[in-house]
Amino acid sequence: MSNAPVDNSRRRFLTIATSVVGGVGVAGVAVPFIASWNPSAKAKAAGADVEVDISKVEPGQLLRIEWRSKPVWIVRRTPELLAELANHEDKLKDPNSDEPQQPEFAHNRYRSLKEEYLVLVGICTHLGCSPQHLKGGAFEEQVEGVPDGFFCPCHGSKFDMAGRVFQGVPAPLNLVVPPYMYIDDNTILIGSQEGAA
Amino acid sequence: MWQNLLDWIEYRIPMMRVAKMHAMEYPAPKNMNFWYVFGFLATIVLVNQIVTGIWLTMSFEPSAERAFASVEYIMREVDYGYIIRYMHSTGASAFFIVVYLHMFRGMIYGSYQKPRELLWLFGMFIYLALMAEAFMGYVLPWGQMSYWGAQVIVSLFGAIPVIGEDLTVWIQGDYVISGATLNRFFALHVIALPLVIVILVFLHIVALHEVGSNNPDGVEVKRKKGSLKEEEKTKFKMHEYYTNKYDIIDDVVPFFPHIVLKDLVAFSVFLLAFCYIMFFKPEMGGYFLEAPNFEIANPLKTPAHIFPVWYFTPFYAILKAVPDKLFGVIAMFAAIIMLALLPWIDRGKVKSWRYRSGIHKYNLIVFAIVFVFLGYLGGTPQEPWKVTASQIATIMYFAFFGLLWLYSKNEKTKPLPERIG
Repeated sequence: MSNAPVDNSRRRFLTIATSVVGGVGVAGVAVPFIASWNPSAKAKAAGADVEVDISKVEPGQLLRIEWRSKPVWIVRRTPELLAELANHEDKLKDPNSDEPQQPEFAHNRYRSLKEEYLVLVGICTHLGCSPQHLKGGAFEEQVEGVPDGFFCPCHGSKFDMAGRVFQGVPAPLNLVVPPYMYIDDNTILIGSQEGAA
Repeated sequence: MWQNLLDWIEYRIPMMRVAKMHAMEYPAPKNMNFWYVFGFLATIVLVNQIVTGIWLTMSFEPSAERAFASVEYIMREVDYGYIIRYMHSTGASAFFIVVYLHMFRGMIYGSYQKPRELLWLFGMFIYLALMAEAFMGYVLPWGQMSYWGAQVIVSLFGAIPVIGEDLTVWIQGDYVISGATLNRFFALHVIALPLVIVILVFLHIVALHEVGSNNPDGVEVKRKKGSLKEEEKTKFKMHEYYTNKYDIIDDVVPFFPHIVLKDLVAFSVFLLAFCYIMFFKPEMGGYFLEAPNFEIANPLKTPAHIFPVWYFTPFYAILKAVPDKLFGVIAMFAAIIMLALLPWIDRGKVKSWRYRSGIHKYNLIVFAIVFVFLGYLGGTPQEPWKVTASQIATIMYFAFFGLLWLYSKNEKTKPLPERIG
């Protein structure tokens, strides 16, 4: 034991310095534990773009494909379906797609690049279920006067043929339009859009 | 010889001292009724879950490709594998049954009130950890309901503004629920959360033995040192840890063997019901194991109706009752937080409903009915009338706490007896 007088400010400095260095160490060692929960390189690769041939999709038909393990729908809409979109906008939550649920190119009434083809992520914006496609009047049971639409069996959310959500249902937002582009008239690339990397 | 061995051990670790302090010489109120068996039963079920869980991991394969098949393998090809799995799955539901009854006991007898606030909070943390444990366990068989249930629960985090989306991807380890999610849930389910639960149960019991057990009269059995006459003190030998600090009234019995034997009678009744379900009704009509879970997870096909297992349905009904996603999630968590805050919401001084006002009894009974009704609403297919019903029930759920706060301040209560009758 030395008999030197206690230097409190020196002690305080050492305590703080040790705590700070220790804290940095704890934060540093936390990084691998937290970051290891991110999608792995393999999962990221599996999330790559998907090419879809749409030449065989009949008018009114819905083609279901998988992109990033999510269902993506490609619907070829008839002119009647496109005309119907304007008729029920008073019943929608977000008829003008003001919420950013789509790339800028799909910020229109049809929510698509080409009016005819609707591309949507087929996952309800409420709690992630996949809605059903009800067509040819089967949707009338859900919304009077609207013959076609999407109905989520989980909690009863309803969407029109542009994926726009109806009022009075639990889903807060329109269905998501994924980024996509046309490679040629018959092929869509899902996952990338023109002008972006 | 034997005594020498015991002495040798006791000199090195306080084995008998702890056993005496917490069992043979722990003062338990003599009037503990059947409501007091559920803590014991919960401990037994916890042991069951740990033991059967260890055996299940011996044959289970935590991967999206193999999980479902390995559960079928356990069911069909491992000797007695089906019994071990059904002990585990029935145990999960049994756990929540006894825990809900245990919590309701605490509510009717005011066991959360001063000085048992921390005891109650540890209980609430056990309940939260148990819910996470049960949810992750339900994902492991990788059936349709495992997958879509996980989808619904994980996307709740997506409702959080700004960071929600990234948080969801981080929890899942993928852009959707996938094998990566399954693997991490497995790790959490078999290692992390059981450790947390066991530690919390330990703290729960330490806190209980520090403040002492409540009883149906809500009359404290530990009195101020020197306040009791010699003939009023208990004739049983209780541990000095308690007698040095308090005078213990002659209304207690040693926890072991008196209370343990009573608990064992309850255990035998419990075991009868448990075994009946395990052997004859392991799916319990789709409530303990849901029908869609006998189909392998399919990310592209949503089952017609998605419900969580029965023990989550009251909160699920609250989530669905609110037409806004973020506020629905907030309401659901608030429903649980309100329970945790009971010690501070209830401003009354009298614990047991036996000596509290009529409105308090009525409030508690209505709350229990509303809770069960919410469970029914959350666990059956969506119908238009149920939307309104669950909104009304949600308001009534929260009204319980609001009313309690209001009337408990100046409540008209009956006089408390000096002694336990």
